[in-house]
Amino acid sequence: MDDKLRHRLLQDMVYARRFEERCYEAYVERKIGGFLHLYPGQEACAYGVMAAARPGHDYVITGYRDHIHAIACGVDPKAVMAELYGKATGCSRGFGGSMHIFDVAHRFMGGYAIVGGPFPLAAGMALALKQQGHDDTISICFLGDAANNQGTFHETMNMASVWELPVLFVCENNLYGIGTALERSTAVHDQYERVAGYDIPAAMADGQDVEAVYDAAKVAVDHVRNNRRPYFLELKTYRFRGHSMSDGGKYRTKEEEAEWKKRDPIRILRDRLIAEGKMTKADYKQIDRGAIKLVEDVSVAFAENSAEPDVTDVTSYVYAEHDPWVRGGSI
Amino acid sequence: MAQLHLWEALQRAHDEELANDDGVIVMGEDVGKAGGTYKATLGLWTKYGEKRVIDTPISEGSFTGIAIGASFLGMRPIVEIMSVNFAWLAMDQLMNTAAKVRYMSGGQLTAPIVMRSPGGTAHQLGAQHSARMEKVFMGVAGLRVVTPSTPKQAYGLLKSAVRCDDPVFINEHERMYGLRGEVPDGEYFHPLEGSRVAREGKDVTLFGYNISTWWNLEAAKILARKHGIDCEVIDLFSLKPLDREGIARSVTKTHRALISEEAEAPVGVGSEVMAILNEECFFELDAAPVRVSALDVPVPYNAALEHAAIPSTEWVVDAVLEMFGKGA
Repeated sequence: MDDKLRHRLLQDMVYARRFEERCYEAYVERKIGGFLHLYPGQEACAYGVMAAARPGHDYVITGYRDHIHAIACGVDPKAVMAELYGKATGCSRGFGGSMHIFDVAHRFMGGYAIVGGPFPLAAGMALALKQQGHDDTISICFLGDAANNQGTFHETMNMASVWELPVLFVCENNLYGIGTALERSTAVHDQYERVAGYDIPAAMADGQDVEAVYDAAKVAVDHVRNNRRPYFLELKTYRFRGHSMSDGGKYRTKEEEAEWKKRDPIRILRDRLIAEGKMTKADYKQIDRGAIKLVEDVSVAFAENSAEPDVTDVTSYVYAEHDPWVRGGSI
Repeated sequence: MAQLHLWEALQRAHDEELANDDGVIVMGEDVGKAGGTYKATLGLWTKYGEKRVIDTPISEGSFTGIAIGASFLGMRPIVEIMSVNFAWLAMDQLMNTAAKVRYMSGGQLTAPIVMRSPGGTAHQLGAQHSARMEKVFMGVAGLRVVTPSTPKQAYGLLKSAVRCDDPVFINEHERMYGLRGEVPDGEYFHPLEGSRVAREGKDVTLFGYNISTWWNLEAAKILARKHGIDCEVIDLFSLKPLDREGIARSVTKTHRALISEEAEAPVGVGSEVMAILNEECFFELDAAPVRVSALDVPVPYNAALEHAAIPSTEWVVDAVLEMFGKGA
């Protein structure tokens, strides 16, 4: 990986970390409502994969831990923050919230809150790409390990394989399905092994090392883009915060959390760049301070100063407006 | 006008819509090479190929999701669920994604899929093949629900549903595919909202949909001939939304109302029509409205038991006579 890309990925991950930490604060201040699922610890997954893909060109879909995937696809962070605040300027106009970030213009096709739900949606987008002859575009589905215990995982892998759909499944294996450990819920621990039954090529990479993610994702993305077939990439990772803001955290030990924090994806890349003499500690501090300021001055300020949705719009977007087929024709 | 079986009307609508737009695809179990369980897609696999008429594995939950994902990118999938009982397996994708995605994306994304499926009882199919699930679909915002009672409606509703930008569920009846009726020779689109006056009358309105429209029409003949009661029959081909104006208009004329449905009474079309009568035309009523519904039981296998659980023309006749104080 060239140094320019390494620097950019470090900046992106630091920004994502500070963005999510600021969301945490805003939630505590009750500026953000509902459920909030944060991404710290897993940043290398979204950024490593999207560096190997084409953000804004490839179609991306994910679950409810979705803020950073959206931003990694090119969605404006201030529109994401405004959505979390429920403002009219939010990327989903305040109708979606944290779990339903959408920006179709950037081909970020949404965050969905039913575990395993996006698997077939991603395959469906790939089916459309195939039908429509868009041979340079792929569909990418980011989900967690626990989604693989839903029926949609098995059904979709089967159809994606038998119909030869250009879809990349990225499994961010953070070792827990909400508060239940993988080994207590899942018979096979390495998730990439599970797709062998569907004749889909698969690989596993260290989800804490963004360069390792990028290298594995490059192979995966190239396979899907060039061969027009599915691929499954497992990234071993860890979330530093709870499943959501209401997580008591009683299911993990402090020792385990401390061990994984040594493998912080930001720390790994930062230390490597410093050791190689590509960056100084002072440079890093500057990046970090810049990220904090950017989140505050741009995204938070925008969200704070934006208007609430007009309550008379509550019935908008349920059905198509003025659809000619609804009342057209005679009986 | 051609006389077509209802399945032939559906087949023609599929054929025309596949020809009209490359984005239209048909997906489902045995819809392709086998020609469709009820022949609604007969010959189309040969004509349009396996890329357009797609035989799926038996995975309702996920092929419905695949159809929805394809619709995000401009495709117009028609999903056939072989029996509505299997639609429970597709419910997550239909209800949580198709019905809600426009709203939760703030209007950016829509899922214009059509799901069509036969429901209803059909001669001793037992509890897991006799569901009447329209009540489930019509309870969710964002979905449209239509239900044909004639071949003409089956043809025109499917064509409009394919072109509509909303997800549409078409509730067909397992026993009605062999029904014959007139279908316009030229292309015809049926509105997705409203109701149809199937018979004009002045004494009482009989509301129904799909198969119960036929019980009501038959009951109206008997009541006119033997009892001098002139029934109006309203066909509620749109269940979501129900035609509030049409319902109120008829009862404002007849001042009496009965709603018949093949489904169990709780939380159904009948209860919704009753609520609409309350809200729209309570003071027009000369008698308490009546529901004719199935017994609130899973459908039994034995023919006599099944007959005892499911309404028919006789149940409608008896209920109207009772309303007019002429009951046995």
